[in-house]
Amino acid sequence: MPEFITQWLDQNEIFTTMTLLEYWDGLVNTIQLVFLSLIIGLLFAVPLAILRTSRNTFISGPVWLYTYLFRGTPLLIQLYIIYYGIAQIPGIQDTFWWEIFREPFYPALLAFALNTCAYTTEIIRGAIVSTPHGEIEAAKAYGMNWWLRMRRIVLPSAARRAVQAYSNEVIFMLHSSAIASVVTIVDLTGAARNIYSRFYAPFEAFIFVALLYMTLTFTLVYAFRRLERYLLRHQRPVGS
Amino acid sequence: MFDLKGYGPELLSGAVVTVELAFLSLALALTLGLIGASSKLSGNRVAQGIATFYTTVIRGIPDLVMMLLFYYGGQVGVNAISDYLWETYEIDFFFQFDPFISGVVTMGLIFGAYMTETFRGAFLAVETGQIEAARAYGFTRWHTFRRIMFPQMLRHALPGIGNNWQVLLKTTALVSIIGLTDMVRVAEEAAKAERMPFHFFVPVAAVYLALTAGSELFIKWLDKRANVGVVQGS
Repeated sequence: MPEFITQWLDQNEIFTTMTLLEYWDGLVNTIQLVFLSLIIGLLFAVPLAILRTSRNTFISGPVWLYTYLFRGTPLLIQLYIIYYGIAQIPGIQDTFWWEIFREPFYPALLAFALNTCAYTTEIIRGAIVSTPHGEIEAAKAYGMNWWLRMRRIVLPSAARRAVQAYSNEVIFMLHSSAIASVVTIVDLTGAARNIYSRFYAPFEAFIFVALLYMTLTFTLVYAFRRLERYLLRHQRPVGS
Repeated sequence: MFDLKGYGPELLSGAVVTVELAFLSLALALTLGLIGASSKLSGNRVAQGIATFYTTVIRGIPDLVMMLLFYYGGQVGVNAISDYLWETYEIDFFFQFDPFISGVVTMGLIFGAYMTETFRGAFLAVETGQIEAARAYGFTRWHTFRRIMFPQMLRHALPGIGNNWQVLLKTTALVSIIGLTDMVRVAEEAAKAERMPFHFFVPVAAVYLALTAGSELFIKWLDKRANVGVVQGS
């Protein structure tokens, strides 16, 4: 290592092993929270998106209302309502649910999953309704029933069209997850806030964490670009 | 009707703060976006580099982290400057970095980056024939920009501006975290004091919903107006 870096590392009081470990724990928490909420959100979003495209208003209406409410209000408010609200549900403190929701991690996970699920549902719905009509006609002509058509034709083709928008949603979720720190979760931002208040060193604490977030973001961007290339490989010009 | 336990007026003035914050940030974001897009399209390597660096960095950092950095870092910066001025020139200079200004600056910077991309795309969507025609008429560069590029670009930029505005509106909630008494902050304090979270957060959520829904209608109306005379393919 160059001498000036080792010298700087020796002299600074902020980036010790202790604080780096704190950042590490924050990183683990952030990744867990974001990854789990994205997985849960995506799992529920696919069936909800299919329901949302239904012609029956009694089926598509409730899903529309859900996505409208969660997309029209700030995630922070949703987090506050769930975090502070759960303790107020009568009788919950006597059930086993209380053991789970006492930890701030789970209310935050619930809020994030509900939020990302609403956005993802709309992304997938958009991709489903823009399926070229000919593809569906062809599937019908082959005698495929609704379920087979969905599974073999509509959903795979929708997934290709949804990937770009979904990658934006993933990055949006990573950035939004920073608010977990306001309900006492020590995620990356939470760790930075602790270190800031201990040393009164805003630049070191927050710029370091900003660099970590940037690394995560650009890794995700790269991964999604690769995924998109892979999914759209049939559209690449011959010989490239 | 709805008993707000005497927090009603405070919540209302908090809502006004939220709206002010949103509009000021939008103004700053639009300005930065225009500057950013112009630099990206200018052909000047340095300006392009700075604008690309700006949009890339902003897209990588969470809005809350930026806000905390500006708010806490801004105060430390001001303190350092005021110490220096006092020690060397004996000038007494100090101001408290307040959350409102930090909020406007941060959100302006963040959405300025998104607006840069929106405006860049919109400028590129204006047909080159239009610019050539303006040149042929002897318009100066500034004239071409003001009379030809800008008005036509706006039509293409409108949907993007609308989307950014919707996200911006919801991001205003974050400024309560650095201590601005907007409606989210008032609701949080009220909810804690009265131990009634639903009672105070649900009305705030409803106000946000009304704001986003109203904006949606307004943007649709603007879009319809801006596209008068454009033949749309079915």
